[in-house]
Amino acid sequence: MKQKRFSWQRLVHARLFMPLVCLAVVLLANVIRTPDFFKISLNNGVLYGYLIDIINRSSELVILAVGMTLATAASGGQDISVGAVMAVSAAICCQILSGGEVSVTSLAAPIILAALAGVVAAALCGAFNGFLVAKLHIQPMVATLILYTAGRGIAQLVTRGQITYVRVDAYKVLGGYIGNCPIPTPVFVALIVVIIMAIILKKTALGLYLESVGNNGKASRLVGLNSALICFMAYVLCSILAGIAGLVASSRIYSADANNIGLNLEMDAILAVALGGNNLGGGSFNLTGSIIGAYTIQALTTTLYAMKVSADQLPVYKAIVIVIIVMLQSPIFRSLIAGMKHKRTVTVNEK
Amino acid sequence: MKSKKLSRSGLLLAITIVLFLLMYVSGMLIFSDKGFAKPQMFLNLFISNAGLIVIGCGLTLVMITGGIDISVGSVTALICTVSAFMMENMGLSAVSALIASLFIGLLFGVVQGYLVSYLEIQPFIITLAGMFFARGMTAVVSTEMISIKNELFLKWAKTKIILPFGYTNKKGVYIEAYIYPTVVIALLTLVLIALMLKYTRFGRALYAIGGNAQSAVMMGLNVRRDKFKAYALDGFLTGLGGFLFCLNSCAGFVEQAKGLEMDAISAAVIGGTLLTGGVGGVVGTLFGVLIKGTIASLITTQGTLSSWWVRIALSALLCFFIVLQAVIGSVGSKKNRAKLV
Repeated sequence: MKQKRFSWQRLVHARLFMPLVCLAVVLLANVIRTPDFFKISLNNGVLYGYLIDIINRSSELVILAVGMTLATAASGGQDISVGAVMAVSAAICCQILSGGEVSVTSLAAPIILAALAGVVAAALCGAFNGFLVAKLHIQPMVATLILYTAGRGIAQLVTRGQITYVRVDAYKVLGGYIGNCPIPTPVFVALIVVIIMAIILKKTALGLYLESVGNNGKASRLVGLNSALICFMAYVLCSILAGIAGLVASSRIYSADANNIGLNLEMDAILAVALGGNNLGGGSFNLTGSIIGAYTIQALTTTLYAMKVSADQLPVYKAIVIVIIVMLQSPIFRSLIAGMKHKRTVTVNEK
Repeated sequence: MKSKKLSRSGLLLAITIVLFLLMYVSGMLIFSDKGFAKPQMFLNLFISNAGLIVIGCGLTLVMITGGIDISVGSVTALICTVSAFMMENMGLSAVSALIASLFIGLLFGVVQGYLVSYLEIQPFIITLAGMFFARGMTAVVSTEMISIKNELFLKWAKTKIILPFGYTNKKGVYIEAYIYPTVVIALLTLVLIALMLKYTRFGRALYAIGGNAQSAVMMGLNVRRDKFKAYALDGFLTGLGGFLFCLNSCAGFVEQAKGLEMDAISAAVIGGTLLTGGVGGVVGTLFGVLIKGTIASLITTQGTLSSWWVRIALSALLCFFIVLQAVIGSVGSKKNRAKLV
């Protein structure tokens, strides 16, 4: 009996317990509502089903969540410019592909080149954020607020206030399907990003450095780490990933819509990081948790859409969820609850 | 130490005022043919930014304590839409819309303030959640744009207060300069907040908390309570400012006041309020707002540039001032840091 209870407690306190439970709850709610939720069918050589849709749609979010996790770990703050950076990268990529036209059916430049330009532009945005955060020690959210508001303006200027369409099949691959493969490409993109990041974090000391800088930047500097550089790199990496996500998002709609690409996604990414059991105050992080968090958020979004909640109203629910999570994470709130529990046990014992 | 800090904020304020004058005078010289030199143009800065002045005051209070509130733009949109909905769709009076606006603002301030000060959660996260919550709630109230036609409301919005000076136009007709009641309320609020910051215990406590919260606790200040009050007051002022904003726009819709938080934060920062807290004031914020207004009217007078340039120019200016603060700050604190290490 004692043994069992012990393992139960260990389970509850495991880092991935919370995110997995959240995911399970959302999925369970869906199964109850629509019994054929898990059904996956093959139509026209392409996989169909709620589950596939969720996994497909959450690809950008997974990519963003990975970057957001690193930025959060290193700086103890979040990068709220990721949505705008997505728009910038998509705008630049599409503008190069279309050669300045509003709508084209043939490419003006190789896709690789344009995609690379988009990612480089995103990296520059990241460098700007990183410079403000790491070198000038500005709170991450204020620093990234600059691009959060200016980013979409820059994207608008790049596309000259219009939606640039690239109606070329080759460009639709990134957000569609490769040849006859039944699984959507974004899933692979997300998978590749996660695998590469996992390898980098496992095989190099970068992960450890990020945690150490996030826990105590000054101490890390004193033991010989270049705190500023590591924090800077985390932001560049976060923006590069946002740029990749932007390309995927723009390929889905084969256009660059500066106003809507990545809209409100920064909130989702932060939510995914928080839901994954990561401390939003920085320090140690858990990539797997964030990824599970990202899938949970997308599942929640899809569920809410299915419940006829409009896209404009979604943030209400997400904001409530994030407030609850940060409250649960707050040490003071925990000690309050613990104090209440303690009181209750004392009174029970006295009886 | 104290005198040094004061001079630092004085220096930042002086730079801001000089910048504003430079911008305005150069605007007058470049666009003199388009009416930039008329006194009414200057008053229009106040008229179109009355709401922002009040919201900026609230935000300055919070920023002085070292916190931030990025929900103000969305809360403004919520207030405008709720006011419009109450008056147009429910047929309620303008007074009840005003009360509802103040209540909504205060509610946001109290909830966010509680979470930030008593549960010690990062203000960014909480107010980011508040920002999305308010924007989403706006869509819940109404997804369509509602224009306000309530008589009393329009009377509040458009009663001209004639000033004792004016100018003669090209045809030789004397035109009196005027302002709207919103400007009076905004400036009155500004003066009250400035006096409160300077002469009350609460106002001074805010600076102490922002300078060093730990020392403030040791001095015997009730840091949590004062922080909470700052957020609550900020929320109330956002409610008032949001209503003034609504009086200026006479409409409510989901996308309204997008990026207003950025305008308010940059106004405060440009006006010399440090993002790290402890230094700043609402007079600077007023000049920050005026600079923002000048940029906007320069770009609209110029005519060919897209309105996105206002935001980009303001972001660039904010960036410049943040760097300036960091440079001035590091010059001041380098000696102290050297001592510590």
